[in-house]
Formats: sequence, C-alpha cells, structure tokens
Amino acid sequence: MTMIKAQHLAVSYGHGDTALKVVKDVSFEAQKGETFGLVGESGCGKSTILGALAGRNKQWTGSIEIEGETIGQKRTRAQLAKQQLVFQDPFGSIHPRHTIGRTLLEPLEIHGKDRRQERIEKVLTDVGLPLKFRYRYPHQLSGGQRQRVAIARALILEPKILLLDEPTSALDVSIQAEILNLLKDLREREKLTYILVSHDLAVVAHLCDRVAIMQSGGFVEIATRQQLLENTVEHPYTRILMDGSRGYVSEKRERNSAALPA
Amino acid sequence: MANTSDTILTVENMSVEFPTLTGVTTAVHDVSFTVGREKVGIIGESGSGKSTTGRAIMRLQPPQAIVKANRMQFEDVDLMTASEEEMRSIRGRRIAMILQDPKYSLNPVMTVGEQISETVILHERATRQEARNRTLAMLERVNIRDPERVFDLYPHEVSGGMGQRIMISMMLIAQPSLIIADEPTSALDVTVRQQVLTILDDLVVERNIGLIFISHDLNLVRSFCDRVIIMYAGRVVETITAADLDQAQHPYTRGLLNALPSLDRPKDRLEVLRRDPAWLEN
Ligand SMILES: Nc1ncnc2c1ncn2[C@@H]1O[C@H](COP(=O)(O)OP(=O)(O)O)[C@@H](O)[C@H]1O
Ligand SMILES: Nc1ncnc2c1ncn2[C@@H]1O[C@H](COP(=O)(O)OP(=O)(O)O)[C@@H](O)[C@H]1O
Ligand SMILES: [Mg+2]
Ligand SMILES: [Mg+2]
Repeated sequence: MTMIKAQHLAVSYGHGDTALKVVKDVSFEAQKGETFGLVGESGCGKSTILGALAGRNKQWTGSIEIEGETIGQKRTRAQLAKQQLVFQDPFGSIHPRHTIGRTLLEPLEIHGKDRRQERIEKVLTDVGLPLKFRYRYPHQLSGGQRQRVAIARALILEPKILLLDEPTSALDVSIQAEILNLLKDLREREKLTYILVSHDLAVVAHLCDRVAIMQSGGFVEIATRQQLLENTVEHPYTRILMDGSRGYVSEKRERNSAALPA
Repeated sequence: MANTSDTILTVENMSVEFPTLTGVTTAVHDVSFTVGREKVGIIGESGSGKSTTGRAIMRLQPPQAIVKANRMQFEDVDLMTASEEEMRSIRGRRIAMILQDPKYSLNPVMTVGEQISETVILHERATRQEARNRTLAMLERVNIRDPERVFDLYPHEVSGGMGQRIMISMMLIAQPSLIIADEPTSALDVTVRQQVLTILDDLVVERNIGLIFISHDLNLVRSFCDRVIIMYAGRVVETITAADLDQAQHPYTRGLLNALPSLDRPKDRLEVLRRDPAWLEN
C-alpha cells in the first residue's frame, strides 16, 4: 500500500517578488513499511520537503497523498497526526524547562487523547527509556537519551509515518548505532513508514530501500539500496556523495598544478 | 613521503585537570605521543579530550586549568617553561591552529585581505603593495577563484569552506612547522570538504611539516592521516597506522568501527558499544 505519494511537488518561501522556489517539481512515493531517503548538501531542500509533508510548510504546489487520501494546504488534526517530525538536535526541539513527562503529555492534550499516563509509559518503553525518566529534565539526559525522547514524542500520537531530519547527525557513532537500531526495530514493530534525511550515504544505505539524491531543489536520481551497495548508481553527483561517506579522496592525481610555491 | 623519525613535537605523560564546583575533572589523563613530519589523527567521541589536548599544546587552555606533564617539547622550545611572551611569538607562526569555525580565528572587524596582508608584512617585511599582490596570489593558491573580491570581504561574509581556505592561505605565508586542526571540516559539505582537505594535504606534505588532525570521523581520519591516536575518556587507548585501522586491537576502537554503518560492508544491525570500566585503568 502506498503511504506517501508526492507528485510534481514544488515548495517556496516568501511572497510576491521575493518568493523563492526551493523545491522544484519532485515526485516520489513510499510504500507502507518502506524507508525513503533524501540526501544532498545543505540548502538543497531536504528539510523543506519534510516540512511540506508534515503540514508545516503550506506554500507548495503539486499533489500530496497520504494513505491514499489527497491532502490540501489545510489539514485536519487527524491528518496532521499521521506524520510526525524528528529533528537533528533534540535540545533545540525539546523544551529545556519541561520534564520529559510534560513534553510527552503536550501532544496528547492538543489532540484530546485519553489514557494519557498509559500512553506515556508505553512510548517510553518503546524507545527503551526507563519510566522514571518522565520526571527528568532534558539537561539530565545524554544526547542519545534526548534523541530517544524526541522519537517518543513523535510516536506518542501513533503516527503512520516518521519524517526523520538528520536524526543522528549530532550524535557520536556509538550512540548513532543505538538510535539507528531503535529506528529499525520500531519500523518493524509498528509497521512505520519513514522518510529519512541525511547527508551520510552510509546511514541512508543502512536504513533506506530507496533514496533520492538532491541538488538545488531537484532530484538528480532515485537510487535503490542495492545500487548504492553494488556501486551501480548512475549520476556522478551520487558518486561524489558516496566517496564523501568513505572519507578523503586525494585529488592530486587528477590535477595538473599540484605543486605549491616554496 | 612522511619522515616520522624527525620529531617535531613530544608529549610525555600529559594530564589536564579542570577544577569545578563538584570536584576536579580530569579531561586528559596521562597521554603521551609524538608528531613527526606526518599527519596524525586524534579520534574519539565528544568529551574524550581531543580539543583539550590540542589547546594544551598551544598553551591556550583557560587559566584555571592545571596542565601536568613530564615533557612537552616542540622543536627547540620547552612548552612547559616557555614564557607567555615566547608562546605569543610561537602561536600562529610556528604552531598554527585551524578550528571548526574559522570565524573564531579571524578578526571580525578587518577584511580577510587585510588580515592576510598583515601576516605577509610581518613575515616577509613586504610593503603594503607587495603584501596585497602576495595575498591575492595566496588566495589563488588555495583555489579561491576571484581573489580581488574576496580580499575585501569581512569574515562574516565568507562561507565555511572559504574561511578554512583563508586560514590555510595564512599558513602558506607564516610557514608553521606544526598545524593543529580541530574538526576543520566537520561543518562543511562533502564537496567543499574534499577541496579543503586537498589543500591542507598539499600544504603539509609539500612543506614537510606536522599536522595534528582532530576529528570524530573514523573514515575521514583513516583515509586522510598517516597515523591515528584513539582517545577514550581522556586517555590514549591505542595508536595505529591509519591504513591498519581495521586491524585495531583495542575493544573501544573495534567497538567504534563496528558501530559505523558502511557502504562497503553493510550489516543488518550495528554493534552497540559496551563500555568496559577496565578501559579507564591506566
Ligand atoms: N523559512 C525560510 N525562509 C526562506 N528561505 C528558507 C527558509 N527555510 C529554508 N530556506 C531556504 O531554502 C533552501 C532549502 O533549505 P532546506 O530545506 O533547509 O535545505 P536542507 O534541509 O537540504 O539543508 C535553502 O536555500 C534555505 O536557505
Ligand atoms: N573549561 C573547562 N572546564 C571544565 N571542564 C572542561 C573544560 N573544557 C573541557 N572540559 C571537559 O573536558 C572533557 C574533554 O573535553 P574536550 O577536550 O572538549 O573533548 P572533545 O574535544 O574530545 O570533544 C569534557 O568532559 C569536558 O566537559
Ligand atoms: Mg535540513
Ligand atoms: Mg572538541
């Protein structure tokens, strides 16, 4: 079943003469349980696409369907609850002076949900945090624990889709591994569909079935996981990003003026 | 080829402590290493003491910090006894530092051209006009396409990649024998990162100087450096030739490698690091 279908999606910021189209005519879809990746360098429009899918960014044209339902610029509560965002920096997205419990309660109140304490306990367990953490403040948690809270908050409304914006970019590799494993488990257990934004193709290849490689607001290619792992991607820009994920590639042999002045 | 027998920096049993309200934090614990004419990576998780190590060599730690060592020798300079005045003449000239955000290293109220020119005048006793020409030439050297325009920009007007090139262009003039680069490319996009690294690589290899390259990126250090020092909780747990990183012995290093998703060796689940209290015993 198709969970997300975007066709000829274009997104802009600003109005009138200063309007700037930063996402230009992209089309993609994600099946239920699939993870679709968006990679590209900063400013290419990845977060903007997530914003449009989440209903945060309303200045878009084209069509968006979620679970077969055509979405307009205005959405109902239920439509908004279906997909939730998780950001790179949990410190920036979690209120620093609210306890974890209060942070998790808030969306439940906004959406008028019942059995609130029960839901909070379930979601803390789902993301692998002890129940007593609901009494803690963000600064009393490690970076990885804070990211678990951010995922818990996204999950508490029982969405079908998680929109993950660089969810591990601020974390050390050992903590990143824990979060990537958690995301894999949750996807399987809750039959979630993910859109994952990352600048690291190794992270994307780990989690995604297919990935769109973006450059200045457009897709240069949609590659499968298989293509990434077998190194059979088509676009040279994709290859550059893949090399980047492997580390430093000396350009020396390719340049003719290698020598510096004495 | 790097000649590692020619030692530029020797650090023996260095510790750095910060007195805090809740007791003393030992940020760096009894570390020893040498740097020759080579690229030495320092890798470890955030908080493992990498930046503190770099700053201690430059004697740039905050005043309350306590640095202890058996020996800290840079060329003919004893870094433990050198006066503050001597240190001022060493910093930027004989030991240079590149930070993640070049804006912290540049003077915000001077154009980048003026700042590079100052370096030229200082080091080459050039006239203003000569300094300007030399500055433009150096900007071109670090692959800045329109040096005339960049000359007149202020630090806040340049991108991260351009800022790092400007830092490197100053080093072409000052000719330090040791560069300490603390996460110099962590804020840069892949393509810009490759360009900046190439320029840095050229500078180090062709001037035959030493580089300490601090990073949290295993793949980057593996592919860019000659040797890698692995730090954990302020300690050096292992030092290894970069090309042999895959054969690392220490369980912490192995744990980091196995935690890393890889395009070349995909795995279904990533290994989660299990920290052993024994790693803190030394
Ligand atoms: N609120 C905004 N107003 C105006 N321009 C914006 C806004 N948010 C992002 N942009 C611009 O849109 C482009 C795409 O941004 P973004 O989607 O955040 O890129 P990415 O997530 O790929 O780094 C960038 O050029 C950015 O400067
Ligand atoms: N000025 C300071 N006062 C107290 N503790 C500090 C200070 N600077 C660094 N530290 C502590 O020293 C440890 C190492 O920090 P740092 O060298 O910045 O690590 P890294 O660069 O590897 O991320 C950390 O636990 C940090 O909190
Ligand atoms: Mg973004
Ligand atoms: Mg640091």
